[in-house]
Amino acid sequence: MDSKRTYPAKPDSVYFFGTCLVESAYPQAGMAAMRLLKEEGLRVVFPRQQTCCGQPAYNSGFAEEARQVARTQLAAFPRDYPVVVPSGSCAGMMRHHYPYLFAGRPEWEQTRRFAERVFEFTEFMRHVMGATFEDKGPPLRVTWHSSCHAMREMQVTEDSKALLRQLGRVELIELEREDECCGFGGTFAVKQPAISSAMVYDKTEDIRQTGAERVIAGDCGCLLNITGNLEHRHIPVRGQHIAEFIWERTHA
Amino acid sequence: MPETQPFDFKANIKKALADKQLGKNLKSAMDGLRVKRRAVFADTDELAALRAQGEAVKQRALSRLPELLTQLEAKCTANGIQVHWAETVEEANRTVLNIMQRHDATLMVKGKSMLSEEMGLNHFLEDQGQEVLETDLGEFIIQLAGEPPSHIIVPAVHKNKDQIARIFQEKIPDTPYTEDVDALNAIARKTLRQKFFSGQVGLSGVNFAVAETGTLCLVENEGNGRMCTTVPPVHIAVMGLEKVVEKLEEVPPLLRLLTGSATGQLITTYFNMITSPRRPGEKDGPLEVHLLILDNGRSAILDDPELRRSLQCIRCGTCLNHCPVYVRIGGHAYGFVYPGPIGEVITPQFEGLEKAGDLASASSLCQACGEVCPVKIPLPDLIRRMRREGVGQGEDGCVRGFGTKRHLLEVLAWKAWALVNRYPRLNAINNLVLSRVGNRMPRLGPLAAWTTGRTAPRFAPKSLHQLADEEGLPHA
Repeated sequence: MDSKRTYPAKPDSVYFFGTCLVESAYPQAGMAAMRLLKEEGLRVVFPRQQTCCGQPAYNSGFAEEARQVARTQLAAFPRDYPVVVPSGSCAGMMRHHYPYLFAGRPEWEQTRRFAERVFEFTEFMRHVMGATFEDKGPPLRVTWHSSCHAMREMQVTEDSKALLRQLGRVELIELEREDECCGFGGTFAVKQPAISSAMVYDKTEDIRQTGAERVIAGDCGCLLNITGNLEHRHIPVRGQHIAEFIWERTHA
Repeated sequence: MPETQPFDFKANIKKALADKQLGKNLKSAMDGLRVKRRAVFADTDELAALRAQGEAVKQRALSRLPELLTQLEAKCTANGIQVHWAETVEEANRTVLNIMQRHDATLMVKGKSMLSEEMGLNHFLEDQGQEVLETDLGEFIIQLAGEPPSHIIVPAVHKNKDQIARIFQEKIPDTPYTEDVDALNAIARKTLRQKFFSGQVGLSGVNFAVAETGTLCLVENEGNGRMCTTVPPVHIAVMGLEKVVEKLEEVPPLLRLLTGSATGQLITTYFNMITSPRRPGEKDGPLEVHLLILDNGRSAILDDPELRRSLQCIRCGTCLNHCPVYVRIGGHAYGFVYPGPIGEVITPQFEGLEKAGDLASASSLCQACGEVCPVKIPLPDLIRRMRREGVGQGEDGCVRGFGTKRHLLEVLAWKAWALVNRYPRLNAINNLVLSRVGNRMPRLGPLAAWTTGRTAPRFAPKSLHQLADEEGLPHA
């Protein structure tokens, strides 16, 4: 969808949209992402009015509820700063689906302009900030899991991996079938739990096969699913959001 | 496929997931098809251009459908092909039977046709005392096994060679058990060969019908399609009304997309272009060719600009091959003729949401289907649309059974969700509650489903908002 996106010049300030999962389950990932942005010299604005992008309702067919929640986000980010999102899925929702959700409605023009300002965290760090990292951690083997929406909607998988590859003592082991969904899919996991479970079992089996000590991801939905299954199966691989991982490696 | 039992998607899924052999068969077949497709479309720029071309051809045809169908009928008629129209499956089946009865036919030999599955033609004709023989190898196997196809292109993909060997041994007289693939092929070939010459009517599908020339294009790999359309004295071709394209020159890109997407072939072994019955002086070919054009709910789909895109489908099956759900449960679990992502989109439209709306739940919206669709059908958007139609949302409301999947508890849950996510103060309270008691929630409802294969989510003691406050991050 976005293969030839053009990126703006470095701004002075950015908005940070934390996402609902980071808010309540992975706040350290959000803090790490904001600290990394600050280290790039940016003024990081965290609007307190923000809640959720609306994707859970949108994907379940409850478009009106999704629109109500989306309007709260549109109001929370009024200035023309870039909106940086530590999730390919939530970024994809705001960038690609908001205009669709508001097609033919008064907010359409506003959502279209808003969508232009939305960036996934790793694509922003790589393309807008040209961020470079110095690895201070001990040698470590990791594997990378890309969310489907980071891969197919935002097309930022290579950006995330490019950041990881800057970490000199981190060995990135590619995952077999890395383009296959982990089975999260938001409400899919609870509406079709048997299929979702079968998918995440295959995913964690592939992760186990890599021999990596950690699985790094850019989306907390996938992480919740994958680490939940790793724990359930007593597979000693730790899951971590990429922002938190990079923060840890560069501040050891 | 006429169902004998009501459709129970959950039970079908459970059964499919428990069948380890099925899982193995599907995985190895789908992996193979994906690899072959990737190899034949290695040039991604070329593929992108080709997909855009394919999409444009189909969209153009759909936008002028009545005109093109009229043109197709006129051209076919001028060429000596007899054209029949059917609005419903019942009319279509009756038309086929009438043609057979007019020729005192008792045996039909069939090439592979998904539309005939949609019609339930085999059952209908057998109930009328006719013999029907599937001649595509995969279709032949599942006809012997008494099963419907589990895939649009490879109907017996759920079976491995051992299972096929057992079916042949049991169902074909004097057949020894053999797992040798060449021997199995030879058995099928010998059995079918006789029948090609005794069938009075041959039936085939149509991949593309060309309006400007009245040409029926038929794509196949086994030559059985050519036999069915040339050996029996009467050939009946059946097509859904979305199969028409305007010009002959529009066929090559579609053909390339179809064969590459379906089986990873540059071209199939056989490509038949049928333009008329046997002409005076010709030595072979059918004496009569009939074209049956079926609507069966398609024209209603055409009226809606978004849903119309589901009619772009060229039935290549690649969305099935790339779907992580299809790969794990196979085609039979979907309970209707068309499985996988395209089935989730068109079956609720054909059958109504009350009966088939649950199909749209079988997607994690990973978008693998949309990414590979050769004619760029926005399958994930359309799956979401089916979910909206199911719960009765939006101004759409044109699919039969609108709102029949609306359950009070779910509606209330989303209303509550919207409330705490619309109003930041309520959201803060909600997050506070989650951080305090979220980790001690009873494992009921969604959490029970979640914890069947995972540990429960853990909520952090302090939310991101709280941490941002502590760090003094600016609000605006």
